[in-house]
Amino acid sequence: MTKLFATTALLTALAMPAFAVQPAEGETLAENQTYTYWLLDAIKSLDPALNTDVEGSDALRSLFEGLMTESATGEMIPGMAESHEVSDDGLTYTFTLREATWSNGDPVTADDFVFAWQRVVTPETASEYAWYIELMNVDNATAIIAGEMTPDQLGVAALDDRTLQVTLSAPTPYFLNTLSHATTYPVPRAVVEEHGQAWTQPANIVGNGAYTLASHNLGVEIVFQKNPAYWDAENVVMETVRGVTVNDTNVALTRYQAGELDRVQIPAGQFPRLSEQFPDQAVSVPQGCSYAYVLNLGETGPEALKDQRVREAMALSLNREVIVDQVLQGGQRPAYSWTHWAIDGFAAPEDGMQDMPMDQRLERARELLAEAGYGPDNPVRLQLQYNTDESHRLLAIAAQQFWRPLGIQVELNNVEWAVHTDRLQSGNFEVARYAWCADYNEASTFLDWFRTDGYNSGKWSNAEYDQLLADARTAEDTAPLYQRAEEILAEEVPAVFVYHYAKVDMINPAIKGLPRENLLNTWYAKDLYRVAE
Amino acid sequence: MFAFILRRLAVAIPTLLLLIVFSFVLMHLAPGGPFTGERALPPQVLANLEAQYGLNDPLWLQIWNYLVSVVIHFDFGPSFVYPDRTVNQLIANGFPVTLTYGGLSFLAAVILGVSLGVVAAIWHNSWVDYLAVGISIGAQVLPNFVMAPLLVLVFTLWYRWLPGGGWSFNDPSFWVMPVIALSTSYMASIARITRSSMLEVLGSNHIRTARAKGMPEHRVIIRHALKPAMLPVISYLGPVFVSMITGSVVIDIYFSTGGIGKAFVDSALNRDYAVMMGVTILVGALTILFNLIVDVLYAWIDPKIRY
Repeated sequence: MTKLFATTALLTALAMPAFAVQPAEGETLAENQTYTYWLLDAIKSLDPALNTDVEGSDALRSLFEGLMTESATGEMIPGMAESHEVSDDGLTYTFTLREATWSNGDPVTADDFVFAWQRVVTPETASEYAWYIELMNVDNATAIIAGEMTPDQLGVAALDDRTLQVTLSAPTPYFLNTLSHATTYPVPRAVVEEHGQAWTQPANIVGNGAYTLASHNLGVEIVFQKNPAYWDAENVVMETVRGVTVNDTNVALTRYQAGELDRVQIPAGQFPRLSEQFPDQAVSVPQGCSYAYVLNLGETGPEALKDQRVREAMALSLNREVIVDQVLQGGQRPAYSWTHWAIDGFAAPEDGMQDMPMDQRLERARELLAEAGYGPDNPVRLQLQYNTDESHRLLAIAAQQFWRPLGIQVELNNVEWAVHTDRLQSGNFEVARYAWCADYNEASTFLDWFRTDGYNSGKWSNAEYDQLLADARTAEDTAPLYQRAEEILAEEVPAVFVYHYAKVDMINPAIKGLPRENLLNTWYAKDLYRVAE
Repeated sequence: MFAFILRRLAVAIPTLLLLIVFSFVLMHLAPGGPFTGERALPPQVLANLEAQYGLNDPLWLQIWNYLVSVVIHFDFGPSFVYPDRTVNQLIANGFPVTLTYGGLSFLAAVILGVSLGVVAAIWHNSWVDYLAVGISIGAQVLPNFVMAPLLVLVFTLWYRWLPGGGWSFNDPSFWVMPVIALSTSYMASIARITRSSMLEVLGSNHIRTARAKGMPEHRVIIRHALKPAMLPVISYLGPVFVSMITGSVVIDIYFSTGGIGKAFVDSALNRDYAVMMGVTILVGALTILFNLIVDVLYAWIDPKIRY
């Protein structure tokens, strides 16, 4: 016996006639429906199984559509799946696919999903995102990735052309939310089998999304054209979408001002000037990433950091307000929690050091250091490692200056990116700059990092913390658990949290439909339109 | 002469092989790998990736496999970072771009630089000389990473004459700024070398003889002075040509040309072993080739040199 299950968001969405954003009253559409956005670098892959980065995902959201998709405000709405049912034990999901075709006219079938998901976990595909299918708890994913089972044993099956059944290894409350991720997109079996690795090149690629790939000059420009075969094409307004690579943010800004681009990132430090000059264009919205100095508490870490008082003194004396207001200047916020402040349903613990005046914090930090046997005459000596980047350098210098008067002597150690990550992962560091970005809009995307078997480069470990996160997986109300977890982080200071990111952009006011309240900043070209100026 | 060329080509092969082996070993000694990212990959996923790219074989076997694939099949393998493309495709896409703007920059630098140097030498210590020297010093001290954003500011934002970046083989307006930015400082060096070499030649005996014969001055300059004066310029031009056509990371970054120069630097930073090896071999082979061409040109220009 299965019961019909749908989230409220889903029901509301189903009741709506169209999903795309429509021009509001009084807006006139421009003749030329083209949106040109900025890319920092070349798009690495257009293969849903091999893509690893944000820019690639942005492109894939135009070219493909998963079982679920997102509304302009970030809610989950049906994509290729018209409806679905969940078994009572929460382990079996049965999706009914809508009638849709690939851009070459072939029907999109359940088998295309089966093929795509099996492909991701097949060891020979060498997908860096194979873990995502594990995160979804699709049955047997882990064993297949390990080569202990064959890909056809993955918990996904096509019952007929339009019915897809997914079997999970454990009830997964967030399962539906994972289905708009590029890794889960269907791929056309026939095309992939015909062209192999070259199937994503412009002449070969076939998608089921709102756009088709018109051209892709790697590292220069990628152009998407509206796909007339898309099931909801009548509600897609934007005709052409161009992603233009500009490797230098200052040149990108110049080209935005010359009208060549509709959206660029504002280079560090320029937001105050630009928001004064162009208040209708300079936009700062929260972005789901947190910046921290990770402290190495493992065997390879320095003795001094194993003393909690030293770590606490470091956290107390770092003046995050100065960093945010004087250095970054782009609407970022000081971080006193690892979870980004804007994460859905997250409430930061109260009565933390953020409420203490700075002089009291410094006073307390001095006391703690003195208790631990350190002070200006007998300083703690540490190495702070960061990867090459101007803003990381400025922040490291600021941190050095805040800590020095108390007797924490930090030597700066600048290394290139590959060396930095290698040392982080092998525990070969003392204090290291780190940032984490949310995969999904829920606090565990951050908090999982500090679990004993999480990424946790600093090797901090706390049994209560691990238990809280384990409990949160099945808890009705997770907020108190996450709040307690943050309290533990604040007490034990496995890392000094520095700031929560903001995305600081110049956006052409004629472009409508770009999400401004979506923490993960996912956007769909099909929701955009250009109004006449 | 022919035997000389053959001999040089025969030496080139072991040189290239050594280059490949050295680069390969150095590259693998560098910390991190192509799959080291902000988030550590699960061990099993990493193992699958390494198996797929043959990274878990012993180093000597990896080098051997690589040499076999390059030498026998002329296949530089798939890119680690751009998995949709092979290294052959990446080079085939990027190299023509670099070759176009690099080649044009080379021509511009040589024509303008030599003219400027010759003019300065002929009217030595006149205002023409001072102007030419002034221009070349000015061009030399303005590095291309300063000039590139300035050009975009002036020609794209202020005058709206030229596109601010990107690339098209059909539209020369995309070529203008990269060529200006890349050629300027080379032009300055060529002008200075030409000027001093020309001055030296103009003071030599055979020029005095030519003038004494009553030969018109323009023939003295073009026929008798220019050719020997070009020798030091040519030895400078060989490596310059290679470095210009194999790209400038600065030009590629500021003008988003999609050229091979940025691909090379990125591949080193990303540990994209395959692309890095591919471009290293390309640059190495071109360097050997153009050094040979310079040597041949030498023999042709300077009758004293015989191989």
